[in-house]
Amino acid sequence: MSSDFTVRDKVAIAGIGETKYYKRGGAPVAEFRLALEAIKLAAADAGIPIKQLDGIASYSNDRNDSVRVATALGLPELRFSNMFWGGGGGGGSGAIGNAAAAIVAGYANYVVVYRALAQGQFGRFGQTPALKGISGPPAYTWPYGMSTPAQWIALRTRRFMHDHNVTEDALAAIAMACYHHAQTNPRAIMYGRPLSRKDYDESRWIVEPFHLYDCCMENDGAAAVIVTSAERARDLKQKPARLMAAAQGSDFRQGAASENGPDYATSNFKTLAPRLYAMAGIEPKDVDVAQVYENFTGAVMASIVEHGFCHPDEARDFFKFENLIAPSGKLPINTSGGNLAECYMHGLELIIEAVRQVRGTSTAQVKDAEISMVVSGPMVAPVSDLILHA
Amino acid sequence: MAEARDENTRSYLPAGMPAPVPAGDGVDREFWEGARRHELMIQRCKDCGTFQMTPEWICHNCHSLEVGWHRSSGRGRIYSFERVWHPAHPALKGACPYLVVVVALPDSGNVRLVGNLLGDPMQEVRFDAPVEAVFEDHEGYTLIQWRAL
Repeated sequence: MSSDFTVRDKVAIAGIGETKYYKRGGAPVAEFRLALEAIKLAAADAGIPIKQLDGIASYSNDRNDSVRVATALGLPELRFSNMFWGGGGGGGSGAIGNAAAAIVAGYANYVVVYRALAQGQFGRFGQTPALKGISGPPAYTWPYGMSTPAQWIALRTRRFMHDHNVTEDALAAIAMACYHHAQTNPRAIMYGRPLSRKDYDESRWIVEPFHLYDCCMENDGAAAVIVTSAERARDLKQKPARLMAAAQGSDFRQGAASENGPDYATSNFKTLAPRLYAMAGIEPKDVDVAQVYENFTGAVMASIVEHGFCHPDEARDFFKFENLIAPSGKLPINTSGGNLAECYMHGLELIIEAVRQVRGTSTAQVKDAEISMVVSGPMVAPVSDLILHA
Repeated sequence: MAEARDENTRSYLPAGMPAPVPAGDGVDREFWEGARRHELMIQRCKDCGTFQMTPEWICHNCHSLEVGWHRSSGRGRIYSFERVWHPAHPALKGACPYLVVVVALPDSGNVRLVGNLLGDPMQEVRFDAPVEAVFEDHEGYTLIQWRAL
């Protein structure tokens, strides 16, 4: 890859902001206000005046329109306004990547990436609306009671487990690692709620092979991140988390509906991960800590495999609790508790945690963490990734 | 149908599930009309013979716009499956657990369909087990379900 065409080390995350995180439907204020509050906190963290923001990027069809945000904040000049296609968490790193591209291209200087959710004010993700009829891709699945992300990811996970001889132990280890990390994080919804293997085994099935604790929470709150050039970031308040690489995309026909992706039991990172490592100039073994989007534990497992951290047929041995926890597991994951136990902020909270690991301020800090990865959106399309370093 | 679980509708899942509606632009009309006739119709390129699901206006392999239809035998193999315990739709309260299967069709390029596996929801399900399509008629539409062979 020509070095002329890369974002490597040209861009940094300079500020992070999060509102208080609430249980689903628990936000006492409007979703739009949560978004504004997170942006204010991120700008303050970076040490820049809000009116210096000149770009906005988001993902997952965030309802909080960029022009309304720019207008509400009185931004003098909106120079970049961008939405990453696709739902779920697939666009978290992608929105940062788009912001980075805008900065390298000279479109904007300070891009804010945000995500806000208030499911009391709006609808829930885990429920299917009671419609009389449905057309397009859902027509092939909804009438059969296969309509939620848990249900399609369970089907693919089941096949992955069959193909690679993996048991439920791997899924339990992932859930327990996330909960373990939430126990040192006072921001986490599940702070003070440790998860034992017994709790996991005794929890109700949502859809086999997923127990309750294999599934992300649904929450209210907002998060925001300020992206700027590495050069500007050097003079700001915080230690910059420089972007080592960003990549986004989807593999061959992964959008084929009715479970027709030709490579079926995939997290959809097989073509993306090599591009990511090539831009970063590193190998999987160089990664110190990873925040891996947990919609469901099975998708975490498949994406860790597809990022080269273990061979698929070694998954049974790799996915052990002790390998997945800070400070010194083989690959500590989701060190804030993530979507399972900190807050389901569609993975923007995972990006913020990746920044903390580079700053050295995580509540589950990995020893000498230098290279911090984020995986956004496994088993959806498109998906995205990023790698940060100091 | 012996396998029906709902006494009133004679269907596997209760009444009140969303009905499949052919897309407004006509791209998958033949699939749903075929189901109505109890024929499993899979899209197949008239030029290169590639099968594809779900239906599209162009062949993803050769980009021919001449995409036609192939009648499948309705014999398939279970490619994946799940037992659903949590009702995500109001009509499913009281209907859990139920079985969802992904079925690959060897006579149609191994394209896949999603449906329910008829019979006892607690039955043992095996990967690659042979199944056949069962057309489940509703008022105004027909679903394609699967029976173990």
